[in-house]
Amino acid sequence: MRTIGFILYKEFRQIFRNKAILPIIFVAPVIQLVILAYAANFEVKNLKLVVIDNDHSSFSQRLIGKFEGSAYFRLVGTADSEAEASGMIEEDRADIIMEIPKGFEENLMRENVDHIQLIANAIDGVKGGLAAAYSGQVIRDFNREMIETYGPVLISGAPMAQVSISMDEQYWFNPKMDYKTFMVPGILALLVTMIGSFLSSMNIVREKEMGTIEQINVTPIKKYQFVIGKQLPFLVIALFEFGIGLIVAKILYNIPFLGSIPLMFVFTALYMTVILGLGLFISTFTETQQQAMFIAWFFMVIFIFLSGMFTAIENMPAWAQTLTYFNPVRYFIEAIRMVMLKGAGLHDIARQIWILVGYAILINTLAVWNYRKTV
Amino acid sequence: MITNLLIMKRFIGFVRKEFFHIFRDRRTLLILFGMPVVQILLFGYAVTNEIKEAKIAILDHAKDEVSREAISKILASGYFILESDLHSEKEIEPAFQAGRIKLAIVFEPGFGTRLIRDGKAAVQILADATDPNTASTLVTYTQAIFLDYQRELNAISSIPLTIVPDSRMRYNPEQKGVFLFVPGLIAIILMLVSAMMTSISITREKEMGTMEVLLASPMRPFQIILGKVTPYVMLSLINAIVILLMGKFVFGVPVQGSVVLLLSESVLFILSALALGILISTVAQSQQVALMLSLMGLMLPTILLSGFMFPIENMPIPLQVISNIIPARWFVVIVKGIMLKGLGLDLLWQETVILVGFTVFFMLVSTRKFKVRLE
Repeated sequence: MRTIGFILYKEFRQIFRNKAILPIIFVAPVIQLVILAYAANFEVKNLKLVVIDNDHSSFSQRLIGKFEGSAYFRLVGTADSEAEASGMIEEDRADIIMEIPKGFEENLMRENVDHIQLIANAIDGVKGGLAAAYSGQVIRDFNREMIETYGPVLISGAPMAQVSISMDEQYWFNPKMDYKTFMVPGILALLVTMIGSFLSSMNIVREKEMGTIEQINVTPIKKYQFVIGKQLPFLVIALFEFGIGLIVAKILYNIPFLGSIPLMFVFTALYMTVILGLGLFISTFTETQQQAMFIAWFFMVIFIFLSGMFTAIENMPAWAQTLTYFNPVRYFIEAIRMVMLKGAGLHDIARQIWILVGYAILINTLAVWNYRKTV
Repeated sequence: MITNLLIMKRFIGFVRKEFFHIFRDRRTLLILFGMPVVQILLFGYAVTNEIKEAKIAILDHAKDEVSREAISKILASGYFILESDLHSEKEIEPAFQAGRIKLAIVFEPGFGTRLIRDGKAAVQILADATDPNTASTLVTYTQAIFLDYQRELNAISSIPLTIVPDSRMRYNPEQKGVFLFVPGLIAIILMLVSAMMTSISITREKEMGTMEVLLASPMRPFQIILGKVTPYVMLSLINAIVILLMGKFVFGVPVQGSVVLLLSESVLFILSALALGILISTVAQSQQVALMLSLMGLMLPTILLSGFMFPIENMPIPLQVISNIIPARWFVVIVKGIMLKGLGLDLLWQETVILVGFTVFFMLVSTRKFKVRLE
C-alpha cells in the first residue's frame, strides 16, 4: 500500500509540475464543452428557400406565404428560372428550391391535381431529406386548408363523407427539441475518453522513451503496484473533469439531470478503468510516444464513430452493429444518456455495468501481463 | 556551383534520414496508411443518419379492424419494427427509459367506431426526443402514413385540390452520408499527418536532445525544417489520393471538377497545416504538450468548426466568426465545390485567396519564432 502511495506521489508531482500540460488538462475541456455544445448542432431550422413562381396566382402566393410562416423555412429570394435558382444552390445561398408550375391554380381547380418541383441540396443527406420532409408537411397543411375552404364548393352534389384522423405528437424527455440536450452527454463522454486514453497511452511509453523506466524496473515495485500508481491519477483527473463538465452543463445549458448523480460518477469511474486500461495496454507494446498517440487516435476514432454518439446505432448495417458490441464507448454513451436525460436507475443500466466490468477486468489483466519489467 | 551541389546533397541526405525514421517505424506507417482506409469505410458504411427499422411500441386501446389496419400499414412501411405491444400507458415510460423504443403510437379507445360514426378519431404519436432529429423524422414518417391511410379511406369521394410535391435531391440523389464526409475526411487526415506528425517529430528531436546536433550542423534552420517536412507532404498527398480513389470506386462519390485543381488546393492546405505544425513545435517543449496542443488547437476545431460535420449556419455568431480563422473551413468549401458541384476557380477564387493568405501568414510567424539556439 505504501509503495503505491509513493508512486502516486511521484505521478501527481510530475503532472502538477508540468506547467504546460496542466492548463490543457483543466481549461481546455471547459472550452471544448462550451464550444462543442453550440457547434455540434445538427438541428435543421431556417432552411434557405428560393421560390420560382411561374404562376403568380393567388394560390401560389398563399402557398409561398405558408412556407414563410413555417418555422423551418426562410424565404431568401425568388428566381425567374431554374438556372438562376441552381446558381444560388451552387453558391450555398439556398438549401431548397420550390418551383411552382405555370397554370398551377387553373390545373388545381380544373383537374384537382398538380405537381410542384422541389429541389434540395443533398450534399448533407440528412438536411436534404429533412428539407423535403418539412416541405411535404407544409404542403399537406396547405392542402388541408384548401380542402376545408373550397372542398364543399367544388364537389357539387353529395356531401363528402370525409374522415379525418387527428394526430397529437409529443416529444418526450426533450419537449423543446433542443439539440444540446442530446449532444452534451456525448460531449462529456468524448472528453473523458480522449483525455483518459491519450494521457494513459503516452504515459509508460514516455518513461520508456526517456529511459527512466529502467530506474523503476530495478526497484522492488511490483507490476500491479506500478500500474495502479500510474492509472489512479488519471482516474482522478478524469472524474474531476467529468464533474466540471456536469457543472458547466447544468449552469450553461440547464440540461436536466433526471437520474442520480452519484450513479453517474460511479459509472464513469468504471468506464474510465476500461479506457485507462486500453491506454495502458497500448503503452506497453509501443516504443515511442508518437506511435502510442497514433494507435490511440486510430482506435478512438473508430470507437467514437461506432458508439452512437453522433449517429444512431440501429441505422448502421448489421456488421457494423455487431462491431459496436465490442465498443466500450457505446455502453458508456447509452448509459449516460439514459441516466442523465431519462432518469434511468441502477437496474436499467445493469447490462451496461456488467459488460464494462468484464471489459475492465479483461483489458487491465492483458495490460499488466503485457508490461514486462525486462526490456 | 560546387557549394550549391554540396548543399543539395546534404539536404537530400537529410530528407533520406527523415524517410528512414518514418519507414523504420512500421506500426506508425501501417496506421498512417490504414487509417484513411478504415475511416472512409466507417464513414461510408456505418455512419449514416438514414433511418430504417426504428423500434416502436403500439398501445392499441381500440383493437378494432380500423386500428389493426392502420398498424399493419405502419409496419409495412419498412421504417419501423414492432418492439412490443403495450397494454397500458404506464408501460410507455419504462420502455423509453430502457432505450427499447424510439416511438410509441397510442390509439384511443373506440378508434374505428369513432372514425366511422363521427368521422373523427385520435392517435397520439410519442417520440423519444433525446435525439431530436431522429424524433422529428420518425414523427413525420408516421404522420405521412396516417395521412395516406386517411386518403385511402376517403378514396370514394376523390379528394379535390391535391398538390403533389416531386422532390429531387441535388448532388447526392441517394442522400448518402459519405458525400459529406469525404471532403471533411480529406481535411482531417491532411491536418493529422501534416500538422500533428510534424509538430511531434520536431519536438521529439528537442526532447531527445538531437535537435542540438542538427542545429550545430552546417545546415540552415530553414533547410532542417524543409527536410523534416518533405516526407510528410508526400505522405499526406498519397493519403488524400487514396481517399479520393476509395470515395470514387467504393462509394461512387464523383469528382465533378478538375482533379488537378483539387490536388493543387490540397497542396496549398497541406502547406498551411505544416506551417501550423512547425509553429506548435516552436512553442512546445515536450511531445506530450505538442500532442495536446495539436489535438485541442488544430484537430478539434478542424472537426467541429470546419462545417464538415456540423453546419456552420447553425452555430451562434461568435463561433461563426471563429470558424473564419480555421483554414479547414475554407478548404472544405473548396473540396465540396470541386468534387460535388464541379465548380472551377472562377467561383472558388475567394476561398483560395484566403487559404493562400493563411499559409503565408503561418509560414512567416513560424519561421520568425523558430530559434537556432535552445534555451
